[in-house]
Amino acid sequence: MHKLTAIPFFLLLMFLQGCASTPLRGTGDLGVVIERAVGSIQVVETTGQTRLGQITGLGDLSHASVNYSRDERYAYIFGRDGGLTKVDLLEMRIVKRVMQSGNSIGGAISQDGKLVAVANYTPGGVKIFDAATLELVADIPALDDNGKLSKVIGLVDAPGNRFVFSLFEAGEIWLADLRVPTQPALTKFKNVGKEPYDAMITADGRYYLAGLFGEDGLALLDLWNPQVGVKRVLNGYGKGEQKLPVYKMPHLEGWAATGNELLVPAVGRHEVLVVDQGNWKEVGRISVYGQPVFVVARPDNRQVWVNYAFPHNEVVQVIDVPSRTIVKTLQPGKGVLHLEFTPRGEQVWISVRDEDRVKIYDTETFEKIGELPVDKPSGIFFTPRAHRTGL
Amino acid sequence: MVFPSLAFADLPSSARQTELLNLVRQDCGSCHGLRLEGGLGLPLTPVALKEKSPEALKQTILYGRGGTPMPPWNPFLTDAEAAWIVDTLMKGLP
Repeated sequence: MHKLTAIPFFLLLMFLQGCASTPLRGTGDLGVVIERAVGSIQVVETTGQTRLGQITGLGDLSHASVNYSRDERYAYIFGRDGGLTKVDLLEMRIVKRVMQSGNSIGGAISQDGKLVAVANYTPGGVKIFDAATLELVADIPALDDNGKLSKVIGLVDAPGNRFVFSLFEAGEIWLADLRVPTQPALTKFKNVGKEPYDAMITADGRYYLAGLFGEDGLALLDLWNPQVGVKRVLNGYGKGEQKLPVYKMPHLEGWAATGNELLVPAVGRHEVLVVDQGNWKEVGRISVYGQPVFVVARPDNRQVWVNYAFPHNEVVQVIDVPSRTIVKTLQPGKGVLHLEFTPRGEQVWISVRDEDRVKIYDTETFEKIGELPVDKPSGIFFTPRAHRTGL
Repeated sequence: MVFPSLAFADLPSSARQTELLNLVRQDCGSCHGLRLEGGLGLPLTPVALKEKSPEALKQTILYGRGGTPMPPWNPFLTDAEAAWIVDTLMKGLP
């Protein structure tokens, strides 16, 4: 009797196990699209251009950004409401979620992949977490000499297991060395300029550049020679001209570094500035359709794609880098918030907020080759960011 | 009186109200947070605005606030629309 029932049970067990194990897959063609209004993400894949699933319950995702673990399996989602969520892209679930502050703006993952840092507005500062467990490892309040807290912006990782970030109100850049994770060693650079509003680090991890909202110019830190201090570059690039009101802050993490030139959005102008990375002088200006928000180079650096602030946010333009001319003006639809290239740049994915669509374009023909329904899409983040400094 | 009462004739049409709500949530939300609980800009929740003057808030929307990133919205909004937005923010967005 026992023998008879044992066999079907064994078969049933094998059958169930077969069902539970999905086919093996890698994660190099995966990505996350933020659904900012409903507080969820869509997990997507770029090979077949499909959605793999939705993960909900991530809080206020306005201005949300994503970093990836170095194995490209886990995404760290930074929400506006201070929520930090670790998501498993393969099992399509939340691994851990912590409310780490009242108001946050973004994060970064360390060179060794073991630490996740979050930049906070309220209370102003940086918190460092264990990337595996999301346990708090260190807390760095952004206190200036007067004992006032600043909003922290422009947080990036740098070689040497360091993080670099800027203090909006204080006008400072701080370098935090996390080689001993529980004891961050801070180097502070003061009086770097008025109201640094965002920053980026070049792909080689050498130069940290903060855009200044309070004045025309950029603050530059050479991480190979930090003893030299922070230098001001592109001083007064708009002197004598009336700056336009800014309806959306430019984002600098997408600044296009094209080898020897850097293309940067001009704050409050319908212009992209071309900067020579050798001497940090402006060598050209490209007139564009609106105030640039993201200025992003295709991975081969031949093209730079630009989107714009309200009320020009229905258009995306393509700049041909060698000739510095606009070779294409696309109209994906109202509310273009972000764009992201596939790892080698044959496609670009564009989020069109007011149409609840992500539209996919061929970057050679400029033809639309696909689209996916996504609720109020904002940031698009593909997993190859895992292996790029500053992303 | 806490809220400025809007004359019926000053109310934006319901189609325009939908547009304005989208503008407040999405475009104001870029700096003030999608839940209007603050970000680069200050919180715009009913509690945060309770003590503020509706007229001053309207002026800030229309003309921006010098020395801060808050831009003037008067190229895109009429006086009555700005007043309606203030009223709506003070009551809480639907």
